[in-house]
Amino acid sequence: MKETINFLLCGVGGQGTILASDVLVNVGLAAGYQTKQAEVHGMSQRGGSVTSHVRWGKVVYSPLIGAGEADVLLAFEKLEALRSLKAMSSGALALVNMKVIEPLTVISGEETYPSDEALRQAFAQVTSHVKYINGEEIAGSLGNLKVANVVLLGTLSALLESGGQVGAGLTPEVWLKVITERVPAKHIELNRRAFQAGREAVGN
Amino acid sequence: MIKMLSGNEAVARGMWEAGVTVASGYPGTPSTEILENYALFPNVYAEWAPNEKVAVDVAIGAAYAGRRGMAVMKHVGLNVAADSFMYASMTGLEAGLVIVTADDPAMHSSQNEQDNRTFAKFGRVPCLEPSDSQEAKDMVGDAFELSERFDTPVLLRLTTRICHSASSVELGERTAPAVEPKPFPRNPAKYVMVPGNAVKRHPVIEQRIRDIAAFAETFPNNRIEPGSRSLGIITCGVAYQYAREVFLKASILRLGMTWPLPEKMIRKFAKSVKRLIVIEELDPFIEEAVYRMGIPVEGKNIFPITGEFDPRVVRESAVRAGLLPASASVPLPDVEVGTLPGRPPVLCPGCPHRPTFYILNKLKVPVNGDIGCYTLGLIPPLSAIHTCGCMGAGIGVAHGAAKAGSPEHHVAVIGDSTFFHSGIPALINVVYNRSPVTTIILDNRITGMTGHQENPGTGRTLLRQETVRVELLPLVRALGIQHVQSVAGYDVKAIEKALREYVKLDEPSVLIVVEPCALLPDVRKRWIPLDVLADKCNGCTLCFRIGCPAILKSEELDEKNQRPKALIDAGLCTGCEVCAEICPREAITFRSVETEGDAS
Repeated sequence: MKETINFLLCGVGGQGTILASDVLVNVGLAAGYQTKQAEVHGMSQRGGSVTSHVRWGKVVYSPLIGAGEADVLLAFEKLEALRSLKAMSSGALALVNMKVIEPLTVISGEETYPSDEALRQAFAQVTSHVKYINGEEIAGSLGNLKVANVVLLGTLSALLESGGQVGAGLTPEVWLKVITERVPAKHIELNRRAFQAGREAVGN
Repeated sequence: MIKMLSGNEAVARGMWEAGVTVASGYPGTPSTEILENYALFPNVYAEWAPNEKVAVDVAIGAAYAGRRGMAVMKHVGLNVAADSFMYASMTGLEAGLVIVTADDPAMHSSQNEQDNRTFAKFGRVPCLEPSDSQEAKDMVGDAFELSERFDTPVLLRLTTRICHSASSVELGERTAPAVEPKPFPRNPAKYVMVPGNAVKRHPVIEQRIRDIAAFAETFPNNRIEPGSRSLGIITCGVAYQYAREVFLKASILRLGMTWPLPEKMIRKFAKSVKRLIVIEELDPFIEEAVYRMGIPVEGKNIFPITGEFDPRVVRESAVRAGLLPASASVPLPDVEVGTLPGRPPVLCPGCPHRPTFYILNKLKVPVNGDIGCYTLGLIPPLSAIHTCGCMGAGIGVAHGAAKAGSPEHHVAVIGDSTFFHSGIPALINVVYNRSPVTTIILDNRITGMTGHQENPGTGRTLLRQETVRVELLPLVRALGIQHVQSVAGYDVKAIEKALREYVKLDEPSVLIVVEPCALLPDVRKRWIPLDVLADKCNGCTLCFRIGCPAILKSEELDEKNQRPKALIDAGLCTGCEVCAEICPREAITFRSVETEGDAS
């Protein structure tokens, strides 16, 4: 179990990164850590990049993680994953959602969206602990694309356990309690299933 | 009870605990959520004022009337409110007055990164700066006590990283002071700042700031955290957290009050250490004051004067300056990702401002813009904003350029909330001093960029009460504008017709473009994605020129000219029909067509 865990979440405005970081910070609290969280979302409602910093530790001072110091990267979109690559520490854990959201410059043909091969090669140079999943595909199979963020949290919870970053006290039920407190009552069951499907996706 | 709160939520809680009677402000990132959260407490009064100057006057009025008043704004809002801030310092008050300034180092969503601590010094007003959410809450109460004890306004300075980061807060009880109803003061010597009274007040406020400096020596939020004698760090705000994180052994003087400074405490601290540095974001505000005390000190020779700090900025700067060994440096991963496509914010799919900028781009006129979502009209392919400096500026700039003989017809673009904020006096100037400026008011029925706040045009208040709606058309007519009309935001043809007519006039004109923001909950319910009829589309690319994120390039090429056809992302399209209106081949379905299709 690590003393301090720095989580970096990145994605595009509207992808549910803010709910995910809210869950993460409160799971940390429930697990007995001191936690801090910082949103970097200047004008995210207009489709810009969003990052969120979450820190768990015995004592946490800074709300921000310096570049090169993220222990865990949770990327909601491939291009944003690459953009955050340099923020990771060597050997860190990365969970990358294989979702593409093309920026306007890519749509207009001025710039090119990086290939999957380039993505995988770049990540391989930083860490061997990378998990690529398709959160939208799993969420779609559950009937609601919007729970892709909770699918990712499910996968992350399992990866943290198997990687030994967290202690045995941090059970799936702790995560589920925090998640279900934050979603509308009618969607609780859907979110439970999304979390579980995310956990099972680790083996894929 | 302990809760995770953002700095803004914590300030709102602090306001409630401190019994603020009147709170007024104008939305602006990163300050907006303070009043939004405060308005959720039971039995409070909070309002959105048309601008920050009005907000400060309102808070002053409450404080003159013997009740705690608070005004909340982003850093540049205090520029707008500076006149009121300065007289409030001169008069003092009957009850506490606290003004929140939320500064934005790194300019996450601002036009500059001015350091508003200078306003505190300029106005002889104390400045408090919290380092986390707990302090953000507690310092609201401290600020009111300070205000009432010394008969002064107090500036509570936050920064983006305090406003928008969350940490745990121990909630307190509501400790609102019991206030007896008392008559409004009749004390012209104190409250009427004619020169004869003002000259007598100036020495009073100079003595007041000296008294507060003496108080600062024992203010509990100024504290020394002893450590190694080899390095002493004076720091404040969020920079304190980075200092603690990076320098594990140094002695630290954390200033919770950054103006006026506790000189004796600083001298004592300086004497106790071998090398003294200041870690503060933006200006060398503390550093220069310490230097003027004749104390050897370093700061901006080590740490940047621009942008926001984080642990890395502080650590690597310290390594370069020899304050930390090279081994303390944290290496970045050794990987090259090349140049990645940027992802700047863009006008949303279905944004009702898009057609106006599409037409302005076609007309090739100079456009003097303003602050709001519509500033994004500058981004290609719309590329139709040519100046933007601050709120309310566009109309005046267009008038000045026209008066200077700029050979083209100038167009000023301003939003509804911004027009109420500071556009009206500028439009009066256009009318009064006669320039052929065309002003476009983009009325999306809400304050958009900051996330949907009510304004004088929406008919609702911050407390969600129904109210009078200020109507733009009669208002503009009453100012004396002869050429004015209102058109629907998605009516591309009507916008083009009106603008082509107006840019030929040699008199002032106003076009009001009305269409609710596509992201408003009621509007979202009406979203219906459109479709491209692939057999009709020939890849002419005209629809790409409106810069809508929902229009993509299809993999399918037109047989004849080998250009990609258009494709609409059904997950993003709102069905605004702007692309359908401009498509020369009728290759994009209208909503009505869609409905008929469903029925058959």
